[in-house]
Amino acid sequence: MPTLNDYLLVSGLLFAIGLAGVVLRRNIIIVFMCLELMLSAANLSLVAFSRFNTLNGLPDYNAQMLVFFVITVAAAEVAVGLAIIVALYRARQTIHTDELTSLKG
Amino acid sequence: MPSYIFWLFSTIMLIGGAAVIAFRNPVASALSMVTCFVGLAGLFIGLSAFFVGIIQILVYTGAVMVLFLFIIMLLDLKDEEKRARGLAPLAAGLALVVAFVVQLVGILSQSADKTAPDLDKQTLTNAAAQFPKDSKIAEALTDGRLPDIHLIGHTLFTQYNLPLQLLGVLLLVATIGVVTLSKRQAD
Repeated sequence: MPTLNDYLLVSGLLFAIGLAGVVLRRNIIIVFMCLELMLSAANLSLVAFSRFNTLNGLPDYNAQMLVFFVITVAAAEVAVGLAIIVALYRARQTIHTDELTSLKG
Repeated sequence: MPSYIFWLFSTIMLIGGAAVIAFRNPVASALSMVTCFVGLAGLFIGLSAFFVGIIQILVYTGAVMVLFLFIIMLLDLKDEEKRARGLAPLAAGLALVVAFVVQLVGILSQSADKTAPDLDKQTLTNAAAQFPKDSKIAEALTDGRLPDIHLIGHTLFTQYNLPLQLLGVLLLVATIGVVTLSKRQAD
């Protein structure tokens, strides 16, 4: 049987992969996908805590509620973020972060 | 969940995640993300969170990834060409990630481990006492099944009713925001 630390390790590794993508990649759509990976890694640890800390003999459903809200907010965030990326592409014809330097001093 | 299934789904998930940042073609990245989320949904279902596993598939691999693919194809992105870039940002990024992983392993090797409490028939039957006697949840629990979706619905509509309504407002605001953002500006 996998233990709580196994789940936390896997969830942390997924978070690290997402972090690496956000820091290393320059394509803004890939950066956005990696943000989703990081949110999902947090969800995995929440669900693992919910299963491993039972409340009156049942999994703690408060944690799964938080996961439900995170997934919904992430879906809304993806919709708005992709609309911003489309608007950005219309204005600049690029989604490469190296070429978006208007705010650079 | 037996250990080998856990490691199988974890490997699928981690390889999918690594492939997202390894591929240069955005469509390939999006499809590896689907693989990653399918592995993640397997882990959720192994943790007896059936509802969360199903919405992970429906919302993420269904709706969100289709949206990503749609935008990738709408913008008609080509493979990124190899471009020279400084070694310093790459090294700094890798150092950050390695530091994170080292900290994680360090903390996990020191913290107390825990095995999953049993969800056998005895525990579930005892848990049925919290619910009204003839309710669907109590019936399923007495049968030794975990009525995951009923319990989620029960929690959502009793303890989390106000946040649920606020979430509806949030989705409305997001919809209006997307429509406004993607409207072509009048010149």
